[in-house]
Parts: sequence; C-alpha cells; structure tokens
Amino acid sequence: MNKGIHIEGLSKRYGTGDTAVDALKDVNMSVAPGEVVGLVGPSGSGKTTLLKCLGAVIEPTRGRMTLGGEVIYEQGWKIPDLRSLRRDRIGFVFQAPYLIPFLDVTDNVALLPMLAGRPNRESRARALELLQALDVAHRARAQTAELSGGEQQRVSIARALANRPPVILADEPTAPLDSERALAVMRILNQMASQYQTAIIVVTHDEKIIPTFKRIYHIRDGRTVEEAGEGREI
Amino acid sequence: MINLAGRDILHSCGKFVLTGMGLGLLIGVTLTMAGVYRGMVDDAKVLLTNSGADLWVVQKDTQGPYAESSSIKDDIYRQILGLAGVARAANVTYLTMQVRHGNKDERTMVVGFEPDQPGEPGYLVAGRRLVRGHYEAIADVKTGFRLGDQIRIRRHDYEVVGLTRRMVSSGGDPMVFIPLKDAQEAQFLKDNDAIIGDRARTAANPALNRPGVPGLLDAINASQSSNRNVNAVLVRVAAGTAPDSVAREIRRWKHLEAYTRAQMEDILIAKLIATAAKQIGMFLVILVIVSAAIVAFIIYTMTLGKIREIAVLKLIGTHNRTIASMILQQAMGLGLIGFVVGKIAATLWAPAFPKFVLLEPADAISGFVIVMVVCALASTLAIHAALKIDPATAIGG
Repeated sequence: MNKGIHIEGLSKRYGTGDTAVDALKDVNMSVAPGEVVGLVGPSGSGKTTLLKCLGAVIEPTRGRMTLGGEVIYEQGWKIPDLRSLRRDRIGFVFQAPYLIPFLDVTDNVALLPMLAGRPNRESRARALELLQALDVAHRARAQTAELSGGEQQRVSIARALANRPPVILADEPTAPLDSERALAVMRILNQMASQYQTAIIVVTHDEKIIPTFKRIYHIRDGRTVEEAGEGREI
Repeated sequence: MINLAGRDILHSCGKFVLTGMGLGLLIGVTLTMAGVYRGMVDDAKVLLTNSGADLWVVQKDTQGPYAESSSIKDDIYRQILGLAGVARAANVTYLTMQVRHGNKDERTMVVGFEPDQPGEPGYLVAGRRLVRGHYEAIADVKTGFRLGDQIRIRRHDYEVVGLTRRMVSSGGDPMVFIPLKDAQEAQFLKDNDAIIGDRARTAANPALNRPGVPGLLDAINASQSSNRNVNAVLVRVAAGTAPDSVAREIRRWKHLEAYTRAQMEDILIAKLIATAAKQIGMFLVILVIVSAAIVAFIIYTMTLGKIREIAVLKLIGTHNRTIASMILQQAMGLGLIGFVVGKIAATLWAPAFPKFVLLEPADAISGFVIVMVVCALASTLAIHAALKIDPATAIGG
C-alpha cells in the first residue's frame, strides 16, 4: 500500500533495564485513503501510545512507518521537522474538541493553513468550505463557547481536515456524546474520509460506534490483532 | 497570520483591563514616587532661582541658610557691596514656622526681604508688592491665603496684599514674604516675659550692674533686646564678573562663607535631600521588583490556565516562537495597559499631593521603557513553562 498510513513492526519501550516497559510490540497496521478503521482495546493496552507514535509526538523504539507513501520513520525519524509533519500531514480530533477559545470558528479552522504559510484569505476560504461540508457554516463567526458539543466536534473535524492531511487520528471523538450525536460524528468522519480520501484511525471504547467500522484493530498488551468489523450503515 | 496574543487579549478583554488597571495603579505609584523626587529637586532649584542671587553669603563654617542655620550681622551687606564685581547685596531671613490661618496652622517658610532687592518674589499672580514698612505680606498660593487675609506671625498680624506661585522652601513649604525688619523681629526677638526675665537677671549681676558706671545696664539691656542679625546676604554680581572670584574674595577678606549657585545646588540636592532621594530610590526599586513579580505571576497563571490550548497549538504545528511571541505580546500588552492607567492615575492624583510632584515627560518615557522591559523579563517564566508543555498532553488522558 503506497498511500494512507502503513506501519510495520512498530515497537515502543519506555524506560531501560529492569524497569523497561514494552508499550507496543511489533504493531502492524495499514489504513488506506478514504478508509475509517477502529482501534479498540482496554485501558493500558497501548492505544494512546500508538496514537502518539502515529502522531509523531513520541518516537517509536523501532519499526517502520509510512505516511502518504513516504517513509517517515525507520530507525529514527526521516522527517527532520516533526512539527511541520504534524501540521501538514496529520489531522487530530480529540475526545474534547479543544478548540482555541479566543479564536472564532472560522479562525480555529483557518489557523492550520495559516500556520503552514498560506495567505489569510485562502485559509479562511478553505475553512468556510470545510465548515459548509460539515454543516456548521452558519456558525462561522461564532465564538467556540457558543457552540453545542456536536457543533464543536464538527469544527474540530474541520480543523483536522484543514491542511488536507493524508491521515486523521481521532482520539475517542464520540466519548462525550450521546448515541445519536456519536453516530452523527461517525457519519461525518466516514463522509470526510471518502470525500477527501483521508485515512482515519478512530481510537475508541465506545460500544455505540464499534459496529460502524468495517475494519477494527484490537490492541492488547501492546500487540494488535486485525479483524473485520460489522460495517453497519449509519 | 492571526495575531494570537491580540485575539486572546480581545477575548479576555475584561480580565486584561482589570488586571492592567491593578498593575496600572502600582505603576502610577511608581511614577508618582519619581515625581516626588523630581518635585524635591525642582523645589530646591526654584528656591535658588526665585532668590535672584548669584552668591549666598552666610556664617563662616556653615552651609546656611537653607541646609543649616546661619546668623550674620545685618550690616555686613555694606562691606560686601564695597567689593569689586558686586552689583547688589541684600539681607534676608528664612524661618520655617507655623503661621496662624483662621483656626488652623499653616507650615510655611517666612522670608524677610528688602523691597527691590534680591530675595523679593520675582512675580505676583494677584495683588501688589509690599509698599509699607510693616505688617504686610505676600503669600504663595499654596498656603491657602487669599488677598486681604490676616496672617498671625508671632505677636503681629500681617495683611496679605499679594499672592505669588511656586515659591517654596527646599522642604516644599510654601513661602510667606514679609518686610525684613518684621522678619528679624519674628525670628530673633524674644517675647515680653523673656525680656523682663533677662533684664532682671542682668540687673542682679553685679558685673553688669555697676553702681559706678551709669548707663551700662541700660546699654546692655538695649543690646539684648535689639536685633541686628540676618540669615544670609544675597549677592548679585555685576555683568561680566565670575561669581566664583567674588565668592573667593568674600571668603578671604570677610571671614564669611560664600556659595555660588552651583555650590548651593550641590548643598540642596546632593546633601539636603540626598537621604530622602535614597529613600525614594529604594522605594522605586522595590516597586519595580514588586511590579515585575506581579506581571510574572499574572502571565504565568494565565499561561498555566491555557496548558491544554498550548498543547493543542504545539500538536498542530505551531512554532515555539509563535507561542513565545504570544505570551510576550500579552505581557507587553498588560504592561501597556498598566502604563497608560498608571500615567493617567499619576497625572490625576499628583496635584492633590501636599508637596510638588513633578511628572517629567522624560521620566514617563523611561518608565515606559522600564515597564516594557520588566514585562518582557517577567514573561520569560511563563514562556519557559509554555515551551515545556508536551504536545502529547493533548492526546489521551
């Protein structure tokens, strides 16, 4: 697989000697563009560590990772500027939306293209396009505190898509939402994955949304097992 | 690119303005303290300027008449007038005392002067100059006296016939000008009871009350109750004459001390108010440190309140310099608000101070630079904390 995200034999060890802990052990995972996969597992299984490795926030101990067809990790990071890597090629959706409270909705989304050096006008146009796609364009000038939980999460999805990244990492994006809104968020993620050909990895324990994945990676004791999901229509 | 600091300030406008106002009051106090010092220096210079003298001739081995007491005979000015290069010389007395104003006392410096001579107030803002030899006064407006008011000085009442402005002692006490003879009496003449007592003591002294020397006792009594002293002679030198050379002559031949304007400034500013200046300097240093600590704590607390947002910003690729710049700009913004509030506050409350507070534009500019530098330095603590925030904290628990 050339595009999307692909990892082979990824391991992460915390500490050294007798106190060393292997949080990830030879993890393999592939997510194609336009695909949404689930990453599920009990607490302490290594989900967050995997997400941090995928998000280039912590460095794996070994393994290989390709993003959009380019090797980004193999015995060390292959991209010198991880900050730019995260900004331009990885989108993040968090459990809580974590929008920047002093920016309005449009600028929360437009901030990423601006940080990437795109002109303000172009960045805001891109933000509005995404807000329209996510059906929150009518709140474009609103302050984030004025939005409902569902609207905030949609804005955070728009922000994740702002720089057209090949992959989005979503960390329990439906945890604070009720069933209806959780399914709505999943529907949006699937639409966006399909529309923008983005590979999306959703870390979750949320029983409501697990049946919606076509593929699921179970992680337990730092190892992943891939299985087919129900792929229930939302 | 969006100005993150500006947006944050606008978003938390009320909090910023209130915090800035609190800081501003502290900065206002700091500016006022500097103004108090400047006012003291200005009072000293004004005192010298208003005396209209080039030289101050005082008692030998003293630094009078302002910094130390000085007493010289009132005929000395004639000898000084005889020196080459002296254009004018006049006696003056200075006496800091409480004068009666209605039912309350006013602390003033009572100046005895001779009309049309150095020592006379340079200008009036109301009324007229003294034309009678006794019991008329010119008062600085800061005394609170008005034209026609009666001032009680010792045993006599004086009518205020003129008002002047910015005539103060080196201590900032407003001046009241009265005729020299009256001032000598007020300063040196004893009250009636003391005179009667002195006369009785003299009469009881056989060395002073000799039966074989008629008129001796009367002469001694007359000497004791007469008053021939002044505090200083103010000298104006002739055009083209160096005051230093005249001062040298006076010291050499008249056995008196003579100070030039520069020397007098040195006495008043470097010596008389030196301790007060150090006191104010210490206070200013403490205020600057306290202001810096307050700005540092405020910015640090505000930054800690945004840990999650900063983590998200770092995670999505915001450069450290952008985050550091945001915090720095907020600190500077706080300093700017504080300075504006402080400057306005100091300007508003300065006239209410009993002593002159001189707010110099140069001090305001220096103060602004110091506030900005202090805010920039104070923000380093918060910047350090922000740069240590791990972007990974935005992910997971």
